[in-house]
Amino acid sequence: MSKSTFSRRGVLQTGAVAGAGLAVPTIFTASSAAAFTNEPTGGTVTLGFNVPQTGPYADEGADELRAYQLAVEHLNGGGDAGMMNTFSSKALKGNGILGKKIEFVTGDTQTKSDAARASARSMIEKDGAVMITGGSSSGVAVAVQALCQEAGVIFMAGLTHSNDTTGKDKKANGFRHFFNSYMSGAALAPILASNYGKDRKAYHLTADYNWGYTTEEAVRTSTEAMGWETVAAVKTPLTQTDFSSYIAPVLQSDADVLVLNHYGGNMVNSLTNAVQFGLRDKLVNNKNFEIVVPLYSRLMAKGAGANVKGIFGSTNWHWSLTDEGSKAFVKSFGTKYGFPPSQAAHTCYVQTLLYADAVERAGSFNPCAVAEALEGYSFDGLGNGPTLYRAEDHQCFKDVLVVKGKENPTSEFDLLEIVEVTPAAQVTYDASIFGGELGSCNSGA
Amino acid sequence: MLGLKKSDSRLLLLVAGITLLAPFILNPFPEGSELAQFNAGYPDLMQRFVIFGIFAIGFNILFGLTGYLSFGHAAFLGVGSYAAIWMMKLLTMNIIPAIILSVIVAGLFSLLVGWISLRRSGIYFSILTLAFAQMSYSLAYSVLTPITGGETGLQPKGSDPRILDAALVNGTTPKANLFGLQMGSSFDLTLGSWVFTFNTGFYIAAVIMLISFYLAIRIFRSPFGMMLRAVKSNQNRMNYTGLNSKPYTLAAFVISGMYAGLAGGLMVAMDTQAGPERMFWTASGEVVLMTILGGAGTLIGPVLGAGVIKYMENILSKINSDILHGWFAFLPDGLENLIVNVLYPFIGKGWHLTLGILFMLVVIYLPGGLVEGAQRINRLFKSKSQNDSKAKPEPAE
Repeated sequence: MSKSTFSRRGVLQTGAVAGAGLAVPTIFTASSAAAFTNEPTGGTVTLGFNVPQTGPYADEGADELRAYQLAVEHLNGGGDAGMMNTFSSKALKGNGILGKKIEFVTGDTQTKSDAARASARSMIEKDGAVMITGGSSSGVAVAVQALCQEAGVIFMAGLTHSNDTTGKDKKANGFRHFFNSYMSGAALAPILASNYGKDRKAYHLTADYNWGYTTEEAVRTSTEAMGWETVAAVKTPLTQTDFSSYIAPVLQSDADVLVLNHYGGNMVNSLTNAVQFGLRDKLVNNKNFEIVVPLYSRLMAKGAGANVKGIFGSTNWHWSLTDEGSKAFVKSFGTKYGFPPSQAAHTCYVQTLLYADAVERAGSFNPCAVAEALEGYSFDGLGNGPTLYRAEDHQCFKDVLVVKGKENPTSEFDLLEIVEVTPAAQVTYDASIFGGELGSCNSGA
Repeated sequence: MLGLKKSDSRLLLLVAGITLLAPFILNPFPEGSELAQFNAGYPDLMQRFVIFGIFAIGFNILFGLTGYLSFGHAAFLGVGSYAAIWMMKLLTMNIIPAIILSVIVAGLFSLLVGWISLRRSGIYFSILTLAFAQMSYSLAYSVLTPITGGETGLQPKGSDPRILDAALVNGTTPKANLFGLQMGSSFDLTLGSWVFTFNTGFYIAAVIMLISFYLAIRIFRSPFGMMLRAVKSNQNRMNYTGLNSKPYTLAAFVISGMYAGLAGGLMVAMDTQAGPERMFWTASGEVVLMTILGGAGTLIGPVLGAGVIKYMENILSKINSDILHGWFAFLPDGLENLIVNVLYPFIGKGWHLTLGILFMLVVIYLPGGLVEGAQRINRLFKSKSQNDSKAKPEPAE
């Protein structure tokens, strides 16, 4: 009749198990045996490639993964060694990293911070990854970067353009090679002034999230500094697919330039709408109406088709560059996959090489040693000319490309032409302007 | 035991046993073997199992008992997360105030949403809750950026006030803890080539899940639970007898909202960050899937469903084509490529497809979810053993 199933023995057993579970104190941290998190002890080292394989940026993610696989192949001594031949540092020998063969695990970020962190944590906790890289949106990059800081591994950011990644959310264990909104603005403004004049009235349409805000601010500040006037800045929901209701008011205003702070599918749709509304054939204030897209990618240009012709924007790298590094990379990527790499692929490939090189130079996988080797490191031959990894915010400073949609594309990949290579000095800013704190490196020990 | 019927206390003990021994159960394959890919016994996933278990248990109190299908439960999870992270930023990195506040805030928010949405039932109720959740998502994503951090979300920073905590050692990152016991700390037990990880955060979350599970059993078996079941079977008849069912449904809604808030608070405690996509409608849909997959209205079903979905999301999605090629490398090249090409769409980034197929099969053939499947197998064995005993009659003399 008793409802109790407690027996003395049962209670003792349960108590013992629960007690054992609870009594495990903090001194037994996962890393207590090793000098730092996931110290590679065998003949291999594991890297984690965390890219969006589903969701809105799946195309970019797929290209990033291709680049990572190519980088691993080259670092392990396979293929034609790509940019390792043109890289100014000769520490890499094509025998893996510090003689350890590189293995990798992949994960799907789904372009969601939670999923990205779950995937990164499984790489760190389960697969023993000593470095995490990837990401193709700033929210994800910031979230994963904070996780890597906590866990004590290095994070090499992939495609992330918001100022925040190395600005207010910068972390000592995180490094970014890609450029940012500020640099886009600083590089674009002079070109816009020389092509469109200094007395323009700009109308901004801005994607309503962090990246949109920082991009709008960057373009605004740098164009206003040249004498442009900002008529209005309207935020558009990220999920918007039809922008006609946002384009119509542009026609009513007396603005003569439209700046589309949109990325990916957003930009494809808003630009298509704007062109359909005949904005580009209009004359306002006796000037031709113009459209500007601060951040361009080849995949976006492809989506927008003929509408991108003659439209200015900025990009981190383009496969038509003719320096030795770019040529070598385009050649080995093209040989392996049959088409030229995107800027996302380029930055991911370079980040992997830079990490491997930093480990070789530091002589250790310890995140703190690697961070020290990367900080303030100047290099060349990776497609962007002389580049500096600034120690204060772990941001790369290099030339920025101003591009324009090609009038007569010769192939489906040949959509953008380089208008100008803005020198690094012109886009360099003071490390403290975005706030944030780097903290000190965490090796997880 | 603890005021439960014998079968219920057996179930509770079973769940307790499985949860507390999870590090062993989830790591059946030795480290370094090909099958280690399928091990799930690492802290992050174990924590996710129990946290989403709590979320699904709470959802089941509303959906399983009253039949009200809320399509916006992720909003409460998200609100709970934001409450917890703010508590950590402002007050202390100790998880207790964070979790308590997350439950309270989610409870208040669900009271508001429930009070409005429960004026309607059926599909209209679902759409109203969905609308609220999407509204919260959009607000968090853009308009409320100063509070929610927008797309980037919130993380604890070195410069946060944390008025109750001692100052950090220069440059280190603040870590969630329970009176100094860090959530991320774990202990590895190596037995031969097997490695079992015992993680502090997981055990804290597991104990909280067991308490939630116990509470859910009590609610299921209480007169209040009976009233909720009556709402499900015929609300009109209840109303005609002069009984106002609204307070009961509202109470159920708030309770399940608080469970969601608890899950959200725990998520932050285990992994200190909160972002808006936690509130996106797909997240709300996910908990519906978990509950239906496991078995709506059953006690253990939602926990099972949460486990299956999280396992697929985290394990299946990580198998890439290189790993597949590794598995089938012993086959001749043509055959290897063929098999890899056939399998590849279903794993790695195609894990959603596999989940969809599984979900369809369950809904069509096992409307009661995985629990019904287990019951059928159970019955099969029972009837078989009965048949066996019948089939062996005493030999006739």
